[in-house]
Amino acid sequence: MMKFVDEFREPEAITRASEEIKRLADPTRHYRIMEVCGGHTHAIYRFGLKDLLPSNLELIHGPGCPVCVLPMGRIDDGLAIAQQPDVIFAAFGDMMRVPGTQGSPLEHKARGMDVRIVYSPTDALKLAHTNPDKHVMFFAIGFETTAPSTALTLVRAKAQGVRNFSVFCNHVTIIPAIRAILDSPDMRLDGFIGPGHVSTVIGCRPYEWIAQNESKPVAVSGFEPLDILQSIVMVLRQLRAGKARIENQYKRVVPWEGNRAALRAMAEVFELRPYFEWRGLGFISQSALRIRQTYAEWDSEQRFEVPGVRVTDPKAAQCGEVLKGVLKPHQCKLFGKECTPEHPVGALMVSSEGSCAAYFNYEHRKTAALTSIASPA
Amino acid sequence: MCLAIPGQIVELYPDSPTAALVDVVGVRRRVDLGLLQDELPTMGDWVLIHVGFAMSKISEEDAADQMRTLRMLGEAEAAMQEVEGYGLDNAESAKAD
Repeated sequence: MMKFVDEFREPEAITRASEEIKRLADPTRHYRIMEVCGGHTHAIYRFGLKDLLPSNLELIHGPGCPVCVLPMGRIDDGLAIAQQPDVIFAAFGDMMRVPGTQGSPLEHKARGMDVRIVYSPTDALKLAHTNPDKHVMFFAIGFETTAPSTALTLVRAKAQGVRNFSVFCNHVTIIPAIRAILDSPDMRLDGFIGPGHVSTVIGCRPYEWIAQNESKPVAVSGFEPLDILQSIVMVLRQLRAGKARIENQYKRVVPWEGNRAALRAMAEVFELRPYFEWRGLGFISQSALRIRQTYAEWDSEQRFEVPGVRVTDPKAAQCGEVLKGVLKPHQCKLFGKECTPEHPVGALMVSSEGSCAAYFNYEHRKTAALTSIASPA
Repeated sequence: MCLAIPGQIVELYPDSPTAALVDVVGVRRRVDLGLLQDELPTMGDWVLIHVGFAMSKISEEDAADQMRTLRMLGEAEAAMQEVEGYGLDNAESAKAD
């Protein structure tokens, strides 16, 4: 994995950051730093960054993978709506292989459901224009990175008076999930690598309570190897100085105040749900968005009968423990056996940003290859 | 879905101020500017695009960095597929596989 260092833009800077991390880390301590965002998890495995960190510094993979935290019951609910005549199920490609109780959206398509991949919520709206005799339901997922786009699409739908379009809203917000993790009794964390693109929207202020009330440092980070290493340096420097504040390593993209137009669009269309179920984390209060009454006509949950399915995850799968960072992906009983990226049992194995898929694709395959070299037949 | 794709504004539409044509490594698609309405980008500006919406203005250098990061992450192909899919030109006819 170290071979990657030469391919990085600034190999010397990478080496320097890695040395700085080793210098800052107190050898008598064990550090647990959570990267909240699934994009960071993917990058960390892909670039083999673990090899550049001291052994007493552990990166804990957080809940920031929208597909991974969506409970199976919501997928079943969305598919149940799409079972009704003349409904088109539109969703991002990431959703297509996520298993519901009766199979994934893709498997439903094979059985005759009208399932379409869209790359933008505005294209789901466009589908409604081009299919006036059908109802287009957009299965919306994502954190604050995608929620504003869904919101603005609904503003457009209302302004255009489109009646055959609705959104099945599964948007979630990152802050309550971080709070739930910090409240979890089996969790000990020293600091956070804050999400990059979510912060483009919400800015850095919403993290301030983590520093003030929980005394944990946060570094909002970019996605290049050097960004992530620099963010770890920021967190370690604070820990060493006994400080806790929010630092913005990703200033080139993230404004401290966020994107006000995006926040306005969200406020116009969405309100907080009293509670929402997260896979692995359970019910978290005020952690998800629903569509306001003023947009009820474009809310799939208000237009259609929703079964309100609740599904417990397969017993043997330990998605919850992995999602909270209590277990490493390979410590789950199903990892690499019943559950693989080709045949995922849990959602963490579906998305490339899920920690199980990332671990499988980079660590597991590498270990398997090394083992076969080390023990020739 | 979570990809941030860098693109350059190559055409603005006088009749539709909340849309622009962007160029992403030679692929041109219409994106929504509604989330940048407080500070609308102008011709030649670089933006980061999420699910068909320009979300932030960035420098040309950062745009190049972001493209390289996507390549290094093995996500450049997915990013191009996403951009090509904007506007349904390919997406609507595409089989969901």
